[in-house]
Amino acid sequence: MIALGQFLEVLIGGLMSGVLYSLVALGFVLIFKASGVFNYAQGAMVLLAGLALVRALDLLVANGLPLWVAVVLAIGFAAVIMAATAWLIERLVIGPLVNQDALTLFMSTIGVTFVIEGAAEMIFGSDVYPLRLFPTDAWFLFEGLFPGGILVNKLDVWGALIAGVLVAGLAVFFQRTKTGRALRAVADDHLAAHSIGIPISWIWFVVWLVAGLVALVAATVWGTKLGVQFSITFLALKALPVLIIGGLTSIPGAIVGGLIVGAGEKLAEVYLGPSIGGGIEYWFAYVLALAVLLLRPQGLFGERIIERI
Amino acid sequence: MLYREAGQFKTNYAEDMAIFPIRQDRIALAILLGIAFIGVPLLASFRIWPFRTDYLLWAILLPFLILALAAVGTNILVGYCGQISLGSGAFMAIGAYSAYKLATGVHIPLAWLGFAIAIPPLPVLASILLGGLMAACAGILFGIPSLRIKGLYLAVATLAAQFFFDWAFLRLPWFTNYAPSGSVNAPELDFFGMIVRTPVERYLLCLLFVTVMAVLAKNLVRGNLGRQWMAIRDMDIAAELIGIRPLYAKLTAFAVSSFIIGVAGALWAFVYLGSWEPLAFSIDRSLELLFMVIIGGLGSIMGSFIGAAFILIMPIMLNVIPAELGLPLSTQTITHLQFIIFGSLICYLLIKEPHGFARLISIGKEKLRLWPFPY
Repeated sequence: MIALGQFLEVLIGGLMSGVLYSLVALGFVLIFKASGVFNYAQGAMVLLAGLALVRALDLLVANGLPLWVAVVLAIGFAAVIMAATAWLIERLVIGPLVNQDALTLFMSTIGVTFVIEGAAEMIFGSDVYPLRLFPTDAWFLFEGLFPGGILVNKLDVWGALIAGVLVAGLAVFFQRTKTGRALRAVADDHLAAHSIGIPISWIWFVVWLVAGLVALVAATVWGTKLGVQFSITFLALKALPVLIIGGLTSIPGAIVGGLIVGAGEKLAEVYLGPSIGGGIEYWFAYVLALAVLLLRPQGLFGERIIERI
Repeated sequence: MLYREAGQFKTNYAEDMAIFPIRQDRIALAILLGIAFIGVPLLASFRIWPFRTDYLLWAILLPFLILALAAVGTNILVGYCGQISLGSGAFMAIGAYSAYKLATGVHIPLAWLGFAIAIPPLPVLASILLGGLMAACAGILFGIPSLRIKGLYLAVATLAAQFFFDWAFLRLPWFTNYAPSGSVNAPELDFFGMIVRTPVERYLLCLLFVTVMAVLAKNLVRGNLGRQWMAIRDMDIAAELIGIRPLYAKLTAFAVSSFIIGVAGALWAFVYLGSWEPLAFSIDRSLELLFMVIIGGLGSIMGSFIGAAFILIMPIMLNVIPAELGLPLSTQTITHLQFIIFGSLICYLLIKEPHGFARLISIGKEKLRLWPFPY
């Protein structure tokens, strides 16, 4: 029973942290779907959103505002910052680079990453800022069933809830609103969408804005987990295998991919790690992604890659 | 006026197929090589400006040469064969650690077979080249996915190589000869009895490696193999239809590229760093190499050198300029400003000239041909 209890604990912990990866991966998927840009800057955007949020919050609380007002205002402020960032990126970088090949666009987002990281840290400071929006203590479940119960972190549950709401919200946005439908049209075919009168640059701004807001949501959860700090940007790299496993163009895929990566790497760490030296969390997700790529290049939920000559 | 090929007739096939068919190019290259091989060592050994101190040689020229070599390797894969790789840093690491293991002696205990494979310590030159060969083998292995996937998907696959080897060299103590700190020291650089110690000697050693490899690479990409790579890059399906085997072309590109990158990694570790940790070959290095190749120009050996120079020197300039101007900025602000300027410059260059410096040079040559007349 202890073994099963431990297994469940690791599995649940892994699944929950996988959801957190999905939060970052979602931003990637949105931008890739709509503009074919592989946005390396997503991690930096999480950092920027987190820094803007936590610094505004600290300032407002220090000035004696009640907490909930401060939280609302700070989130609003961070959202404005993300909107400005989205507008600048679309205006200055992605717009002029339209029709370049994927590699050039990818490299330009790495350039954007440097700019965002530098600017965010210069404006908002570069320390570790603790963020306490969600409870971080632990629950013990099924204490009657297993000795010691199963430890579940409350923050992870919040993260899962938020991810669920976010996906539902995005689904409604994409399926029901006019802008959402225009986004899907652009994702299907830029030229066709352009020719029926959809303003492409506006749509790309909206996409980057939505990705920025997703980054803000990710920042609230990750900031509570790790504190808002520079290492958050490395999440971008962690989200890549999630994307590959789930498929680059699928929103549910990002969630499922996150779950698989999260559970897989935690289980591998606990059950395989000791025998080959530990720390395999570091590469497990990538090797898993490699295996998936070999078997199913488009990922589990991605659209089939069809090449026309 | 100066740069005009009028009157330079090609009278046989050898002249027609020369690497530099234009006389002025040959002269320019000869001058450049003369400066690099004779001028710089002379100035450096007599400590004449700008070589008063070892700084220029040690902190700029040496890393430039080695990284340019790695960039040439990356360019073969990314620029000539069109396979995006984010694992160049890992292949540098494989070159470095394999060379280290070979130079200090390999001992693989095979307990279940009752004996051990033991290779005595090899000479440094052999270790460096064999290190490149090991990197080539790893390159072929991680190139296999390229047969099914391409573009950014492949980039993530090569990322797997990057993270796996980062981890392996950090966590598996066998690679570092059980060094407690995880960092290893290069053996003495003994080339057939000549011991390379001073910066000038190190510089000449790297220069020799770089020149030989760059010439080899240049000839390779002009030949049959290079044309196969370029055909695959331009359209793989069409290339396959005209009889180019994608398996052979892609894997040779991975092998050649990884070999060059591996040798560069071994040089970086042995000649430049001296003692190193896996961090020296992290994902940042891979991205840096990719930047060099893209800024320099995809599919251009010369571009790799220019890209390497640009990416290497720009941060140094950004470091020096505020200090020279005497701006009262904290080091932290300067670091952040560097990030911002570096990122903006990259974006600006990509927007202004997506084909890199190599394209700018060829445009410049066209202009020079007509100069001083407009047409």
